[in-house]
Amino acid sequence: MADLSVEFAGLRFKNPVTVASGTFGSGMEYEKMVDLNRLGAITTKGVSAVPWEGNPTPRVTETPSGMMNAIGLQNPGLDVFMERDLGFLSGYDVPVIVNVCGHSMEEYEEVVERLSDDDRVAMLEINVSCPNVSKGAIQFGTDAGMLGEVTKRCKLKAGSKPVIMKLTPNVTSIADMARAAEDGGADGISLINTFTAMKIDIYRKRFVLANRTGGLSGPAIHPIAVRMVYEVSHAVGIPVIGMGGIASFEDAIELMMAGATMVAVGMINFARPDATMRVIDGIEDYLVKMGIDSVRDITGIV
Amino acid sequence: MKEAAVKRIAAHVADKSMIAPGIYSMVLSCEIGSRALPGQFVLVYPRDGSHLLGRPICIADADDDSIRIVFRAAGSGTKDIAETGIGDRLFVEGPLGRGYPVSDEITGGRSIVLLGGGIGAPSLLFLAKSLRRQDPGADILAVLGYRDSSMKHFLYEDIKDTGADALIATDDGSEGIGGNVIDALKTTDRRADVIYACGPMPMLSAVKKYAKETGAKAYISLEEHMACGVGVCLGCVVKTLKKDGHSMVNNARICTEGPVFDAEDVDI
Ligand SMILES: Cc1cc2nc3c(=O)[nH]c(=O)nc-3n(C[C@H](O)[C@H](O)[C@H](O)COP(=O)(O)OP(=O)(O)OC[C@H]3O[C@@H](n4cnc5c(N)ncnc54)[C@H](O)[C@@H]3O)c2cc1C
Ligand SMILES: Cc1cc2nc3c(=O)[nH]c(=O)nc-3n(C[C@H](O)[C@H](O)[C@H](O)COP(=O)(O)O)c2cc1C
Ligand code: FES
Repeated sequence: MADLSVEFAGLRFKNPVTVASGTFGSGMEYEKMVDLNRLGAITTKGVSAVPWEGNPTPRVTETPSGMMNAIGLQNPGLDVFMERDLGFLSGYDVPVIVNVCGHSMEEYEEVVERLSDDDRVAMLEINVSCPNVSKGAIQFGTDAGMLGEVTKRCKLKAGSKPVIMKLTPNVTSIADMARAAEDGGADGISLINTFTAMKIDIYRKRFVLANRTGGLSGPAIHPIAVRMVYEVSHAVGIPVIGMGGIASFEDAIELMMAGATMVAVGMINFARPDATMRVIDGIEDYLVKMGIDSVRDITGIV
Repeated sequence: MKEAAVKRIAAHVADKSMIAPGIYSMVLSCEIGSRALPGQFVLVYPRDGSHLLGRPICIADADDDSIRIVFRAAGSGTKDIAETGIGDRLFVEGPLGRGYPVSDEITGGRSIVLLGGGIGAPSLLFLAKSLRRQDPGADILAVLGYRDSSMKHFLYEDIKDTGADALIATDDGSEGIGGNVIDALKTTDRRADVIYACGPMPMLSAVKKYAKETGAKAYISLEEHMACGVGVCLGCVVKTLKKDGHSMVNNARICTEGPVFDAEDVDI
């Protein structure tokens, strides 16, 4: 038996494995296929203050060893989320990380504030890959100044809840962004979100996704995620949740060795809903086989 | 619970044939058949490891230990699936979604019309069988539309064998009635009380309009790109006229609330 428990932002988790926001809903649909209580945490789909309609379809398409999505952060809004989704999850013994999205600083603040004293929420993960409507729709997370500002403002409203800033990889220097988040007071960093990508149907001579661009995720992006997690964990002192293309326990361990304290399993859930269970079992078997006592010992080992 | 339930299951290809150019019929041995309802679908996973997502395919027929699927080798995923040999293994998941509503309340004593455009015919075969089983005297007409005679009116004989009346329509008039399925339906004196339709979006929009004009009840099976197939990713939505109870916006998930919808409820 190896010790799988980890500490993150002052909280204890039974193992380092959570799910990537938007790839697991709030667990309702996978409840029958996955033992939710075995997860280190559940990270829920991005939620905003009011319901968001999302983008026109097609919203998803497969790409070599991955997929592109342009869901447009469709979500039922915070009221329904708190009653239905958090209500559902409170029936399980699993910490909840709520992914927060907003179109303005004020919208982030509103969601964070309303969740700040909710006992059902362990941590808040701020998705800064949302368009800032007052700034020509540029994403909050692509400008260090704006990122630092959202971080600061979310921290002020979050009470004692740890605030994790989820970085977009669509920047020149991910390390600079991580530093901006740390300087803004973030308790942790998660990365990576999807890469902005494009696919064209050459026979119909048009874009495959209605939104033209979509976010690329899946095994295709994993080696870039490893590199970025490595850079970020060397740039900041706060802990990191690593994600991007995890399809096996080996991929998860790689991200941990690159510097992640926790890891999140993303789009592979769509193909293998039991992927998280296999990753958890695989990490444990690996530790035993390698004679490592605690999973905490592999973070940043390279 | 160390062993998590695995949702995808291995199915063996018990039979495979090409029934029209690029159109494959496959029988897959698996227990999914025992739970399948007409209009439901499965995700079939290509074997090539660079393809991660399952391909949604309607269940064309089912019995206790197998399902039949009929599909077009459209792109690289379905081509890979089509190349699977008899006896080989494919991973499938299902049955998924909500199928055609077929209670006696809806169909009892009414004139039923099935409209299938192109690769929309498969789910109607399973439906025709079920309707016949439910009511041996049911009055069923199937109108099947094809591009042209080269498509060898696939599944027409199978649907006719269920005891339904059946008509062929071709876009170019090279076989059967020239025109689309609604043109062909209009050439008959059949009144349509209940319509079940599966086919391309323009056809389904026309069916919705036709049903509205004639006062028929129409149930249509919709298609959209999917990732998870079980309601998680929100990739596969259709615009709805009323706010959807799950999403809280005017979007319903085709994989979960559909793929079959009451034509009145969707904005197509
Ligand atoms: C509920 C449902 C039932 C279906 N039933 C049948 C059937 O019985 N027979 C049949 O031949 N086809 C059916 N289809 C369409 C079939 O799923 C697509 O032809 C198939 O996914 C194409 O995959 P590909 O890799 O060959 O094509 P590619 O174009 O290479 O696929 C690229 C990506 O786009 C997706 N995609 C492309 N076209 C479609 C489409 N029309 N619908 C959904 N996703 C698409 C693929 O799944 C894949 O993720 C159904 C679709 C749905 C949604
Ligand atoms: C369909 C889909 C929806 C997503 N929704 C969100 C979201 O709501 N908020 C968010 O921060 N990230 C979202 N993501 C990004 C993932 O959480 C993750 O960062 C990314 O997909 C990389 O991991 P992966 O390669 O393992 O999928 C979404 C990804 C996908 C594929
Ligand atoms: S395919 Fe994921 S919600 Fe329908």
